[in-house]
Parts: sequence; structure tokens; C-alpha cells
Amino acid sequence: MSAITIPLPDSASSWILPYRGKVAMAGLIIAESAIFTIFVVAYLFYLGKSLTGPTPRDVLELPIFYTICLLSSSLTIHLAAKSLERNRGGLFLGLWLLTSALGGSFLYGTAREWLRLIYGHGLTISTNLFGTTYYSLVGLHAFHVTVGLIMLLLVAIFALAGRLSVKHSRRVEVLSMYWHFVDAVWVVVFTVVYVLGR
Amino acid sequence: MSMNAITISGVRLEEKPWVDTLHEWLTTVDHKRLGILYIIYALLLLIVAGIEALIIRIQLMHSHNNFVSPQVFNRMFTMHGTTMIFFVIMPVLFGFANYLVPLMIGARDMAFPRLNAFSFWLTALGGLLLYFSFLGGNGLYGAGNAPDVGWWAYAPLTARAFSTGHSSDYWTLALLVSGFGSIGTAINIIATVVCLRCPGMKLTRMPLMAWLNLVMSGMVLIAITPLSAAQIMLLVDRYLGGHFFDTQAGGSAVLWMHFFWIFGHPEVYILIIPAFAFMSEIVPVFSRKPIFGYPVMVAATIAIAFVSMSVWAHHMFTVGMNSYANSFFTITSMVIAVPTGIKIFNWLGTMWGGRIQFKTPMLFSIGFLFQFLIGGLTGVMQATAPFDWQLSLSYFVVAHFHYVIVGGIVFAVFAAFYYWYPKMTGRMLSEKLGKWHFWLFLIGFHLTFDVMHIPGLLGMPRRIYTYEPVRGWDTLNLIITIGAFIQGIAILVFVANLVVSYFNGAQAGNDPWDAWTLEWSVSSPPPAYNFAFIPVVASRRPLWDQKHPEDPDSRYE
Repeated sequence: MSAITIPLPDSASSWILPYRGKVAMAGLIIAESAIFTIFVVAYLFYLGKSLTGPTPRDVLELPIFYTICLLSSSLTIHLAAKSLERNRGGLFLGLWLLTSALGGSFLYGTAREWLRLIYGHGLTISTNLFGTTYYSLVGLHAFHVTVGLIMLLLVAIFALAGRLSVKHSRRVEVLSMYWHFVDAVWVVVFTVVYVLGR
Repeated sequence: MSMNAITISGVRLEEKPWVDTLHEWLTTVDHKRLGILYIIYALLLLIVAGIEALIIRIQLMHSHNNFVSPQVFNRMFTMHGTTMIFFVIMPVLFGFANYLVPLMIGARDMAFPRLNAFSFWLTALGGLLLYFSFLGGNGLYGAGNAPDVGWWAYAPLTARAFSTGHSSDYWTLALLVSGFGSIGTAINIIATVVCLRCPGMKLTRMPLMAWLNLVMSGMVLIAITPLSAAQIMLLVDRYLGGHFFDTQAGGSAVLWMHFFWIFGHPEVYILIIPAFAFMSEIVPVFSRKPIFGYPVMVAATIAIAFVSMSVWAHHMFTVGMNSYANSFFTITSMVIAVPTGIKIFNWLGTMWGGRIQFKTPMLFSIGFLFQFLIGGLTGVMQATAPFDWQLSLSYFVVAHFHYVIVGGIVFAVFAAFYYWYPKMTGRMLSEKLGKWHFWLFLIGFHLTFDVMHIPGLLGMPRRIYTYEPVRGWDTLNLIITIGAFIQGIAILVFVANLVVSYFNGAQAGNDPWDAWTLEWSVSSPPPAYNFAFIPVVASRRPLWDQKHPEDPDSRYE
């Protein structure tokens, strides 16, 4: 039961290890990247292999505005996390709500696009290979945005209730990592689906 | 626990009602209890999957046998494979990692205790879903209960048209759910090892058990997730009318093979690396020497992890790839033998000149060394594409991978049981029963799996329901079946040993093996908080330093 009593060469106070939240989120991001990689590979592999229409060239339009929304939310969440770290609660709340609004508008954009594709062009997940791979890949990403948005709103509720302070900034930082990841995935999805895939 | 529990005179602890104990175990977030839950869960399913293996062997005992119907036979080999990989070996390895890694690095628990419990219950639910298929698999169609598509479930067997009912859905969901559990555990192990090491426990001083489980967890993140992705695609195909693996709509059955084996081959290394970890802890202690070539051991493990990600298509030589792909996967599959060989030499180097104690854990370890070597060599044979064209999907392949999994991983797991059981329960396992277990299992193993290579070479295909008498496979198959039953008896001896020793085994004390890692510095079983004081370490063998203050390892580092 006794502890080991070998004196440490350097003092124990200098023994600082990384924050577990960040390490765990990095692990989750690696795992999620592998999942997305498989879906991207499937999308690229099946490009042009659909036996029936519609094809990506026929129906896809570049979602420039909503892409700008999502990508700029990476900047706002970064600034928000920094302002919480510097104990500027008001600025944090403003930037945080802005981030949530930008994320929400991206989801709205996806919903509009899907509505147009389903009712305007008759493209569903079971129409052809393009439909299957497109809805799976974009849907998987939208699912991750949704999860991120729910967490953003949870933090916003805590902030509005006055329950968020500087001591939570490390945790907010972890959520911010996830949001950056979701944005980075969109860059890949955008390139693959809307640029290369057309 | 009793010998170390604090007793206050005049105060008598009341016996807890069993419901309270049960409630404590079901809601526990303690890494040690979760570790034990993982291990017990794996042992239960080992019995189930073992019975399935025996049913397969009885059916193949002689030609034209009809012990079970062909349909039941298909279910048995599917359930046997799926259960053994996902619900026996994975959980038992995670169980040992859960129990030991925090203790070895001087931490009080895992980084995320609640995530740990969540991951375990996900895995448990996965196994439950898989076996619930025996009841619910029929669906409304009255077609087939348990999954019967083989453990790799090639398309289009899993398409709605060929797999009516819900058996394939239970298979998919079971693997998806337990896969999420594995990812949770992997993240937890990584965060624990990176963030919770006690002062002085630098990465270069960490026990190899912690190192190798760190590498294994990294592999889980990259290799289990492609399977999860493929299972999601399969669900999309089966439930939403998708066409990922639907050749009628331009989909590709070969893509499923790629996705499955991108998971499937690294998975083999995910299973074997913790077995390497057991070896790297047990062999030094019973050779009375520190591990030979610690840095090389770590480097070789990382090399295996990297190379294992690029060997998957050696499972697909017979599918028909171009010669460049064949060459590439032949070369990578052979290259991986190099770091693996380095490891074997390191264990031999550790034993060389040591005072070897032939206790049960060491016997199983030595068995591991030789059998894993032979299993690896037949692996190199099959890495050669032309040779594989002859023997792919034959009993030679079945013999090869059972040689690695049973002869390698299972032997290592038994070694780990005999080595750490005293720490987990406070009681020694019986050496006498242990030796019976070892020799019976060794004889059974070699009867079964040495002989199994021969019908493979003679052309007996795997997953075959029965065969013609004129083939001349009868005697060989009878020997294989007898060996399987001897292994079954050995497992019964093992289970008897676990139970009998729990009640009547000799008291273990803190450190029965005179070992050197931190888990042996606390009582057996350890208290809930592990360490009353967080230890401070100065070398790779902190307990050696404590026992030999006149000549500590730290002096030479």
C-alpha cells in the first residue's frame, strides 16, 4: 500500500500533462475522419456509375452563401472561446449566439437544397447511386452539424442562465474543436460533391 | 480485501443485501469493476461460441453427416466467428486494459469513468442484440433466425432479396453498437495514458502494457470506424432502399469487401497487440530479467500499426485485382512480418540467460511464442498471391487464422488470467489445475489446428456443410473434432479453476510474482481509489526501485 518513495529528479509540480478533454476530442475527430473518409471514397467510387438520372451536373448548385455561413462560424466560435478565456461574458454570448445562428442557417440551406432535389427533381436516397451516396455523405455531415448545434445551444442556455464562467473555458474550447472539425469536413464534402463531382 | 481493510474495534459492518451489491455492479464507474464485467461477459460468450464451434465440428466429424441442417450450420459458423471476434476477444482484451492500464501508470481511474461504463454497456447490448436474433430474426417472414451470412457478410448475401427477415439487421446493429463502444473505450484509454500518468511516468518509462494498449486504441479509432461506416451503408441499403452494394443498380459488391477488410485486417492486429502487451509484461517477470529492447519493442508496435493499415486486400487475391495491386499487397503483407519478428526475438532475448520459472503464466507464454511464430509463417505463405490463389477459402486458411488467434491470442489471454487473477481476486489460481489446463489445451489445440492444415491442402473448402467419403478427409476431420473436444475439456478445467480458486485459492498478497510494475504495489484486490498516495516513479521498474533501494534502475537511466 505504501507509495513509492524514490525521490523525483525534478519536482512534482513541474509534472503537467495535456487536458483530457482535448485529447479525447482529438481522438473522436480521428475516428470521425475515418468514417467520413469511407463515405467520401464511396462517393468518388460511384461518381458517374448511376444507371439512371438525375446526375450531379443536372441538379446540384453551388451552395456558396451557406458555405460562407458555416466557414465564418469557425471564426466566430474561435473568437467567442477566446473572449470567454479573457472573462468577457457579454462578448462571448454575442459571438456564441452568432455562431449558433450561422450554424442554423447552414442547416436551413441544406434543408432547402434537399427540398428542391426531392420535390423539384425527384431525387431521393433510393433513386440511383448518386442519390444514395449524396444523401448519405451530405446527410452524415448535416447530422454532425445538428449535434454540434444542439451542444452550442446547450452552452448558450447555460450562458444565458449566468452559469458559465472563465473556469469553463477549457470545456468550451473542446466544443470549439469539434465545430472546427465539422467545418473542415464541409470543405472536403464541398470540394468532392460540388466541385469535383460536377 | 479483508487483510487490508481497516477494522475499528467494536464496530461490526453489516452484511449488504445482495440487491445492493448487484446495484453497485450494474451502476459502477470503477475501472476495475468494469474491467471484471468485460472479462466475465467475454467468458460467458466464450462458452456460447465454443459450443457453436463444437456443433460445427460434430457436423464435420465424418462424411455425409447430418447432425444439423445446412441452414443451422451456416448460422453456427457465422455466430461462432462474429461472437469470438467481437464479443469474446475484444471485450476480454478491453477488460484487461481497463483493469490494468490505470493501475500501471499510477492513476486512480480512467480519464472518463462514465464514458467507460457507457462503452461497456454498449458492448454488452451489442452481444445481446446479436443473440436476440435467435428469437427476433424471423421477423414477419418466418425466414431464418440467426445471421447466416458469414462473419464478413459479403454483399449481395445481405441484400433484402437474399436475407429476408431481420437476422442480418441484428448482425449489423450488433456490430455497429459494439463498434461505438470500442471507439469510446479507445478514446478513454488514449486520454488516460496521455493525461493521467503519475509524476515521473514519462512515455519512455511506461510499462509496455500501457504503450501497446495506447497503440491498439489508436488503431481502433482508424480501423473500427470503416466497419461502422460500412454498417451504416448496409442499413441505408436495407432500410432506405439505397444502392451502395446493390449490383442491380450499378453498386459494387467488391466495395463491401474492401470496406470490410480495411477494418478486418487491422482488427487482427488490434487483437494481437494487447496479446503482445501481456507477453511483454509476463515474460520478463518469469525470466527474472527486464524486457530486452524496450524502445525497439515500442517502435516495432508502431510499425505494425502503420503497415497493418495497408495489407487488407490480401484477403481478396482471388477476387481478381490487377498485378500491381497483387504485388503491393503481397509486399506489404510480407513486410509486416519484419517488426513482428523483431518482437519475437525481443521476447527470446528477454528469456535468454534468465532464470526462467515455469509457472502456468510462463507455460502459456512459451506456447504463445512458438505457436504465434508458426501461425505467422503460414501467414507469410499466404501473403504470396499465387499460393493464396490455390488455398484461399480452404481449410488451410481456417487453420492459419485459428493458429494465430487461438495459438497466439488465446494462449496469451490465458497467461494473463493466471498472472493477474491474484491481483483481481486476492487468491492464487491453482497451479495443479493450471498445468492440467495448459497441457490439455496444448494437446487439443495441436490435434485440431495442426491437422486442419492438411484437409486444406487436399482441397477441403471452408464453410462446407459436408463432404463425400471418397475424398479421404474422414480420418483427418475426426482427429480435428477429437482435438476440439479436448480443448473443450481444458476450458472446463480452466473455468473450474477460476471458481474453485476464488473460494479456496491460496492468499495472494500484494505481489505474489515478485514483479516490478505499479499494480503490484497495492493490495489484492486494489482499493476503489487504487493509490492512497499518487506514486512518483523514476524508472521503468518502480517496484524494483522500491525493493532494491541500494541498486535502483533509476541509476542507469
